Amino acid sequence: MHEMAITRSMLDIVLEEAAKSGSGRVTMINVVLGEMSGVVDTCVQFYFDFMSKDTPAEGAELNFRKMPKQAKCRKCGSVFSPTDIFWSCDKCGSMEIEVTAGNELYVESIEVE
Amino acid sequence: MEVKVLKNILNANNQIAEQNRRLLAEKSILAVNVMSSPGAGKTTLMLRTAEELEDKARIAVIEGDVSSSLDTEKLVQAGVTAIQINTDGGCHLDAGMVNSALQNLPLDELDIVFIENVGNLICPGEFELGEHLKVVISSTPEGEDKPHKYPLLFTIADAIVVNKTDLIPHVSFDMDSFSRVAKGLNKRAALFEVCGITGEGIGEWGAWIMDNLGKMRAEAGNK
Repeated sequence: MHEMAITRSMLDIVLEEAAKSGSGRVTMINVVLGEMSGVVDTCVQFYFDFMSKDTPAEGAELNFRKMPKQAKCRKCGSVFSPTDIFWSCDKCGSMEIEVTAGNELYVESIEVE
Repeated sequence: MEVKVLKNILNANNQIAEQNRRLLAEKSILAVNVMSSPGAGKTTLMLRTAEELEDKARIAVIEGDVSSSLDTEKLVQAGVTAIQINTDGGCHLDAGMVNSALQNLPLDELDIVFIENVGNLICPGEFELGEHLKVVISSTPEGEDKPHKYPLLFTIADAIVVNKTDLIPHVSFDMDSFSRVAKGLNKRAALFEVCGITGEGIGEWGAWIMDNLGKMRAEAGNK
């Protein structure tokens, strides 16, 4: 249920940017969401629907672009998508890997009118 | 019309976390974010840790709970400086709450602040508090599968503490399996096996904390 705090922050960003652009209404919000960010999109949508009431973002469509998780092996440099819970390199089996994508959580753009 | 935004949704929280970091640095205080499921033994470990570090460092505990001040009362009764945050339904502490708590602690008289997060293995992982160290506690009655089920916290932890080792003969807990998965997810984390009740392993845990305090101060001195 931390999505409530996340939705609040998202809405604050959206309203601030909409006000800056001098527009009246937000029609679309494009959010980039990493697979490992721990944020559930349907939950954000649920909170957004009532938090955005009576704001310029009311009724805006939420569009989530999901980013798959990606890791890079520190030993052999292989870039792969970890599926196994042990997070070992798919090429050399090393466990020395760093996460290179999948934790994203940001507002990419908004559509206003 | 499209407006480019590119703003991290957790920016507002991260900015306050940065303020906390600066405040802690100014006062040369080590901050440790302690996370676990409810009932894993965070408060008991805090009591033990306070005893262990009694002659070594001045500590305070920020207690995060949905409601009540039971944990803070326990700590204060034992002579530990503690302050309660009630999240009123919130499932995690955020940087703003920790900032208010820090403002109410005698920072000039402290070396280490432990932040006992709300009992929850999911949400606290998302929110930076400005801490130096993230610690996850997993207790043996919860079973050895917790790192499998809640990978985020175990991945970002600087230390993983297995608590309630005294119960191993009575519960189904496979330490080898736990360590294998935890280490697979996070090779750099220190792993401790402790018991808050008997005191087993508390010496090593306390030494690790003191070691980190020393390192943090040495690094600050080099700047």
